[in-house]
Amino acid sequence: MTATENRPTYKWVGTRPIRHDGYDKVTGKARFAADLDLPGQLRAVYVRSPHAHARIMSIDTEAAEAMPGVKAVVTGADFPDLGVADPEYDVSVNVMARDTVYYHGHAVAAVAATSRELAAEAAAAIVVEYEELPAVFTIDEAMAEGAPLVNENNYTKFIKADEPSNLSTITNLERGEVDGAFAAADLVIEREFTTSAVHQGYIEPHACVVDTGADGKASVWCSSQGHFRVRSSTAAVLGWDVSRVKVTPAEIGGGFGGKTTIYIEPIAARLSEMAGRPVKIVMTRDEVFRATGPAPASKVRVRVGATNDGELTALEAWMAYNVGAFGNVAGMVGAMSVASYKFPNLKLEAYSVLTNLPKSAAYRSPSAPHAAFAIESVVDEIAQKLDIDPIELRLKNAAVEGDLTAMGMPHPRIGFVECLEAVRESEHYGSPVPAGAGRGIAAGFWFNIGEQSSATVHVNEDGTATVITGSPDIGGSRASMALMAAEELGLDVHSITPLVADTESVGFTDTTEGSRTTFATGMAVVHACRELIDDMRSRAATILSVDVDEVVWVDGAAVAEGNDPVPLASIAAQAKRTGGPLTASASLNAGGAGPSFAVHCCDLSIDEETGHTTVLRYTAAQDAGTAIHPSYVEGQLQGGSVQGIGWALNEEYIFNDDGSVDNPSFLDYRIPVASDLPMIETIIVEVPNPSHPYGVRGVGETGIVPPMATIANAISRAAGIRMTALPMSPPHVLRALNER
Amino acid sequence: MNRTHVNCTVNGDDVDFLAADGISLLDALRDELGLTGAKEGCGTGDCGACSVLIDGKLNCSCLVLAPEAEGAEIVTVEGIADGDRLHPLQQTFLEGAALQCGICTPGVLVAAKALLDANPDPTETEIRYALAGNLCRCTGYDKIIRSVQEAAVQLREATR
Repeated sequence: MTATENRPTYKWVGTRPIRHDGYDKVTGKARFAADLDLPGQLRAVYVRSPHAHARIMSIDTEAAEAMPGVKAVVTGADFPDLGVADPEYDVSVNVMARDTVYYHGHAVAAVAATSRELAAEAAAAIVVEYEELPAVFTIDEAMAEGAPLVNENNYTKFIKADEPSNLSTITNLERGEVDGAFAAADLVIEREFTTSAVHQGYIEPHACVVDTGADGKASVWCSSQGHFRVRSSTAAVLGWDVSRVKVTPAEIGGGFGGKTTIYIEPIAARLSEMAGRPVKIVMTRDEVFRATGPAPASKVRVRVGATNDGELTALEAWMAYNVGAFGNVAGMVGAMSVASYKFPNLKLEAYSVLTNLPKSAAYRSPSAPHAAFAIESVVDEIAQKLDIDPIELRLKNAAVEGDLTAMGMPHPRIGFVECLEAVRESEHYGSPVPAGAGRGIAAGFWFNIGEQSSATVHVNEDGTATVITGSPDIGGSRASMALMAAEELGLDVHSITPLVADTESVGFTDTTEGSRTTFATGMAVVHACRELIDDMRSRAATILSVDVDEVVWVDGAAVAEGNDPVPLASIAAQAKRTGGPLTASASLNAGGAGPSFAVHCCDLSIDEETGHTTVLRYTAAQDAGTAIHPSYVEGQLQGGSVQGIGWALNEEYIFNDDGSVDNPSFLDYRIPVASDLPMIETIIVEVPNPSHPYGVRGVGETGIVPPMATIANAISRAAGIRMTALPMSPPHVLRALNER
Repeated sequence: MNRTHVNCTVNGDDVDFLAADGISLLDALRDELGLTGAKEGCGTGDCGACSVLIDGKLNCSCLVLAPEAEGAEIVTVEGIADGDRLHPLQQTFLEGAALQCGICTPGVLVAAKALLDANPDPTETEIRYALAGNLCRCTGYDKIIRSVQEAAVQLREATR
């Protein structure tokens, strides 16, 4: 279902063609990184730390190096010390420990051998002596007075910090006068919320093949959301110029933010350099859970003041994010993500807190879900206390164009109100709540970003076109690129081949993240197409012997009054005699990203005997700006919703007392499976982004923001319990039921 | 190193390979036979990305030792199309946008085929339970379920 504001009608944009990369994916032909093997290739296996925090006293690799099939061994000594001030310093230490390990599972050494089995045997023969150091794992432990230092190289960012600290960022945002506003409020509700660390849970483990040649250049094939970032980070960790690294993106088997950084590529590159042979690394699932990802655990205290008629007058929040062993801006982003309601008086205090746990990574709307779980829960409780419909309460306070986000930026044209109205008018919301069930509502916001993108478009001699970008396709963006190019050029979408090129075959492009690809890379595609169209108009003018100003581009043909239209295919066929090949490139740093709001609605029931929650019905409404390929927009809404449902109900890292992950498998870290879920109904709201040629906002992120509060709010209405800790798994719900 | 000579049928072709001690059928398919359609998402039978049919039965090939395939008929995602004619499941997955990143798709297709081979008219719940061993992190399963339902309709019509 789509709710559409008035926007132009397009021929291709908004249609649902079969995605170009789909055929290879349903026949098993699609090449993911682990599917590639090179002649003479070695396999590498890691040695990882058995301690959460320890000094490495010695590493003895002699026995391992003498074992059969072993061709190279690396430790931290084989990588340069970039210096603490280097922006890639933390990455360089995270991918291979130097003199200290900072978390259980931290890489200490790696072995390349002629088979994975021989590499594993040799890795087991490496002897590492450690001297254990005190470790802290929770926000409370790390922030306590006199707490042991997690990482002696962490200094609090953005302030003058002379001493190392367990705080990576401290953010204070304030407007209005909260104390007075709370004093004047008719109703004040304050609660504390906690969330557990969760993993992005991509099904494809990190994988790469790297061949460092005799010329010293490394060719990298890998699974990544941003191969230009792989290039720069890999080069930095190795102490190389970026020109020594070429990265070719393989198909990527899920990322969700977790593949915006690197782990394995420089290790494989160095091993390959030492061995003179290609080196392949494929992480095990156990390694993925122990040494990549997670999204931070959090603790958020929220106080909201309201008038009796439901005006939200004040918000005060204290937020802390457990970012693991290296600095991270999670707390700052969490504070910045507070943007849904007008809140004339607001005071936020947010921290990124280091602990001796794996370095946290981006996960779909990073930091926003934690804040939204807390705020949307308290806002809902206010609606309950005041007996106001939860959508009406939100409509009364919803941010509109010109209202300020927490960081003081005025919203551009946004579609929050439209999303709330779309859910209010939906068949789901209008239907009676099933007997014994509860219905919850919550909202979410994500900024979306622009950043740098490049595209090259060729019109081929047969009248087809090739669209080349530098954006790894994680959710169907190639189809979106082809649709926008089809609309511009007037070609059938299946006459267009969309490709993602390596770092040497297309202009620099930032990582696929922040819901930026269809927006920013799409804009680059549109610009390149428009340049091509100008060129084709000029070619047609030559063919027709008219002035170029008399030629307009209409539905795939050059049209000059008094002449037959000259179709693209004809211009393409005559390209040689009118000036040569038809090709154009565009690169840009896109401004004007359009924020995306979402509103979710969930019906659920609770088994009072077991505490198990069954999601009966779920609807996600979100402002896409314009849905270029509605099926894949729906897919983003559905996928984000279900990741959020998993976060809400089941998913959590469980750490042992020594900081090791107790559940590093898909058996024990249980993501939602098909039988856990109903269909996920979607409402695509289209409030076009005025800063994009087709009104795109980007849709990947926001869908994961509302589900946790949506479900908590539904549980509250179903069972009269207010859940304030994630996950709301059966034991936790049962305890709350028993304490009711 | 001990190696076992294994003979079996994969997607209708007689094949043989030497299996080193301890390697799984998944490793043999991918590394010895060059069939990389089946994926390793976990190696512990929890994600279903390596799903194949062994004598018509659904299995996680990462949990099967390669020598256990001796004499078996194995079908992988590469073998479910009829020549260049896609299996109805493959076609409905394309038309129904039932895949995003595509890493789970081979396993999901094989598991869905196993279901429809055994039960041509499954309920939504039966489909959801039949696919409960196949993790997908991108789609939320909605479009997968709908595409299996549509393929079931098409297959029933084709055999009517």
